[in-house]
Amino acid sequence: MNALRRYIDKIKPNVEKGGKFHFLKSTFEGFETFLFVPNTVTKTGTHIRDAMDMKRTMSMVVLATIPALLFGIWNTGYQHFLAMGIEASFWEMVWFGFLKVLPLIVVSYVTGLGIEFIFAQVRGHEIQEGFLVSGILIPLIVPVDVPLWMVAIATAFAVIIGKEVFGGTGMNIMNPALTARAFLFFAYPSQMSGDAVWIAGLKKGMETVDGFSGATILGQAAQNNSTFVNGLGQAYKPWDMFLGTIPGSIGETSTLAILLGALFLIFVGVASWKIMFSVFAGGAVMGLILNAFGGNVLMEIPFWEHLIIGGFAFGAVFMATDPVTGTQTERGKWIYGFLIGFLAILIRVFNPGYPEGMMLAILLMNVFAPLIDHYVIESNIRKRLKRAKVQA
Amino acid sequence: MSEVIRIRKGLDIKLTGKADKIFVKAPRSKTYAVKPVDFHSLTPRIDAKPCVEVKVGTTIFHDKYRPEIKFTSPVSGIVQTIVRGDRRRIIEVVIEDDGKDTAETFLKGDPKELSREQVVENLLESGLWPSLIQRPYGVIASPKDTPKAIFISGFDTSPLAPDLDFIMKDSAEDFQVGINALTRLTDGKIHIGLDARYPAAKTYTAVKNAELHYFRGPHPAGNVGIQIHKISPINKGEIVWTIKPQDVVAIGRLFKTGKYDPSMIVAIAGSEVEKPVYYKLIRGAQITPLIDGNLKQENVRIISGSVLSGKKINKDGYVGFSDAMISVIPEGDEYEMFGWITPGFKKFSVSRSFTSWLTPNKEYNLDTNIHGGERAFVVSGEYEKVLPMDIYPVHLLKSILVEDIDKMEQLGIYEVIEEDLALCEFVCTSKVEVQSVLRKGLNILRKELE
Repeated sequence: MNALRRYIDKIKPNVEKGGKFHFLKSTFEGFETFLFVPNTVTKTGTHIRDAMDMKRTMSMVVLATIPALLFGIWNTGYQHFLAMGIEASFWEMVWFGFLKVLPLIVVSYVTGLGIEFIFAQVRGHEIQEGFLVSGILIPLIVPVDVPLWMVAIATAFAVIIGKEVFGGTGMNIMNPALTARAFLFFAYPSQMSGDAVWIAGLKKGMETVDGFSGATILGQAAQNNSTFVNGLGQAYKPWDMFLGTIPGSIGETSTLAILLGALFLIFVGVASWKIMFSVFAGGAVMGLILNAFGGNVLMEIPFWEHLIIGGFAFGAVFMATDPVTGTQTERGKWIYGFLIGFLAILIRVFNPGYPEGMMLAILLMNVFAPLIDHYVIESNIRKRLKRAKVQA
Repeated sequence: MSEVIRIRKGLDIKLTGKADKIFVKAPRSKTYAVKPVDFHSLTPRIDAKPCVEVKVGTTIFHDKYRPEIKFTSPVSGIVQTIVRGDRRRIIEVVIEDDGKDTAETFLKGDPKELSREQVVENLLESGLWPSLIQRPYGVIASPKDTPKAIFISGFDTSPLAPDLDFIMKDSAEDFQVGINALTRLTDGKIHIGLDARYPAAKTYTAVKNAELHYFRGPHPAGNVGIQIHKISPINKGEIVWTIKPQDVVAIGRLFKTGKYDPSMIVAIAGSEVEKPVYYKLIRGAQITPLIDGNLKQENVRIISGSVLSGKKINKDGYVGFSDAMISVIPEGDEYEMFGWITPGFKKFSVSRSFTSWLTPNKEYNLDTNIHGGERAFVVSGEYEKVLPMDIYPVHLLKSILVEDIDKMEQLGIYEVIEEDLALCEFVCTSKVEVQSVLRKGLNILRKELE
């Protein structure tokens, strides 16, 4: 460790101003602070600081996605072999899924971090850690067979247009990972929806079991099929939807794995339990309202089933809780979360072209979050003014 | 006991090296200093140039813009040097002590029988006036104002804080005279905040002409700003004054004896102090005799005041005007490999991603490392957990960063000074320098309005 430190100190002058490799300063610093927490000390204000920093905060979110990621890897293999009608062992499924998912993760990180490094260098900033989270979220919310170049373009779009033009991590208005997904959805709809994209191999026309369909539950509901079945025509039980042995985007299928991540995030205090809770509450309320009316299959899905299918749970736990794009006041978080859940189910049911409403609901509420905060703060201001008048 | 005000938000940071409850008479320092930097936005004009002989209570310098506010020598002797910093700003005026303590005489008498003008005049001349701090802005009070009320916090909850009940226990009589003098300054009440967790010293509980309030909760419950917010928050246009208990005692002694008595009790504490105890010393004392041979190692940060909002001083520096403690902690100028992901058993954090939540009563040895780099605001809701005020701190800070004066006012900038938001700075994941941002805002506002 000391030797490494000495080596870094030795090469450091090269990237300082005037050094030969100054254009790599941000990149160098990025790696240096990754290896070593810097030796900077407080100058003004508090002389001691909490040990928490942005790197650790972001790492906690990445850790929280691991259950969903691992399940997603296995499920990719499971769905594939189910469709092909091939008997496969647990490890064969995992290995297949791993080979499918790993390139997505690599492409997302390389593209995103590359752009972040360049922007940091141009601005003369340190590298910001925000993309550590976005980089793992993007692969988890795309269909497994999406072409890698599309992921690269979508990531670049999300990082540049969704984040860096606003000033980088902490300044963006919309969640970068969802921006990437929205970009893919509107630019390449054929790769992002339909019955063939959710299971590895279907798109390429590989030989499947006769009559196999890769439709997701929401896809089936949108076509007004009242019993949800897997590709082989066996009916899904709610338990399957909760465990996640259904087709869907890589990380979104298993509500159980997502909830494990949620518990971890709430425990370490990185994500707001208020937002998570109120998203589920909002979804349940909208579900109940629709159940009361009924009319078609989507409206008649029991309200609690809405919460465990599609991207609802994943969005609630990992997307809605983004502290930068969500509301920042505690009271605002209740309203913000509730409206996300409420709108997600509304869009899901009444937009037959696209039954997955979570993405649009969150992006919409991202835009409205500052407005919610504004009114919460206005009420604080009014209270202060009123107090002044009473006194005077 | 009257009604207890509960403080639920906040954070007690437990550090090793709390001072033992022993009074030690400090050996006299060779030099003493009066420091303009102890007071915000003060521009001094020197009255006693180097080589001039001064007595206890002789004016050393005065406020350029309010010449009636004077700063006086705590000892008798000769003015040695004027230490200047950047742009020739005066940092401290050093006085060489002759040990004789010859003193100027001031008005003596029962403040109850004196007029307001006489009390004000006596405080100004003796150099005790600067112990009255005005809110908003946290600057020295203006003798022309009549404050809505005067607030005194009778306890301190900051890390390693000295036990003010212990410090004050033998000063009941002087404290009462001091309170009597303060009642002449305001038409409102004198409020004293006390800690409900422990029985308060008789000095406080037996006091007359003041209203007692009890608080129970973690730091910053002992901050006078929090207490004002809970008792009677400051509205736009209102002025309240605050003063530290030991300064009230000094005022009491002034009216009893007719002399400026600069003695006070200062705790020296912190993980790097060999023998943390309470010292009886004279205001503005050089700390060298207190720390010589009393430090565990050399690479330390010495702070006049608390680790959250005190001022860094050198090893040959001087105790600040109203500071009742000197904190000594290790400097953290070392690299730490993978420190951002290791479990961090020895680290303290409010976040449960470290293990410190398992041991709430453990005392920590924290250094001055920032533990990360400065970032934009990302995490939300963390400041609110340690600020027991009805204020949105992040939005207030953002309004300061964009210099929006109306918003600063609306968001309650008048109710806070740096020490109230110090915990926000401590917990900040983005390592924002909250206290200097707030000071910037206060300066902008004061310049605009005065």
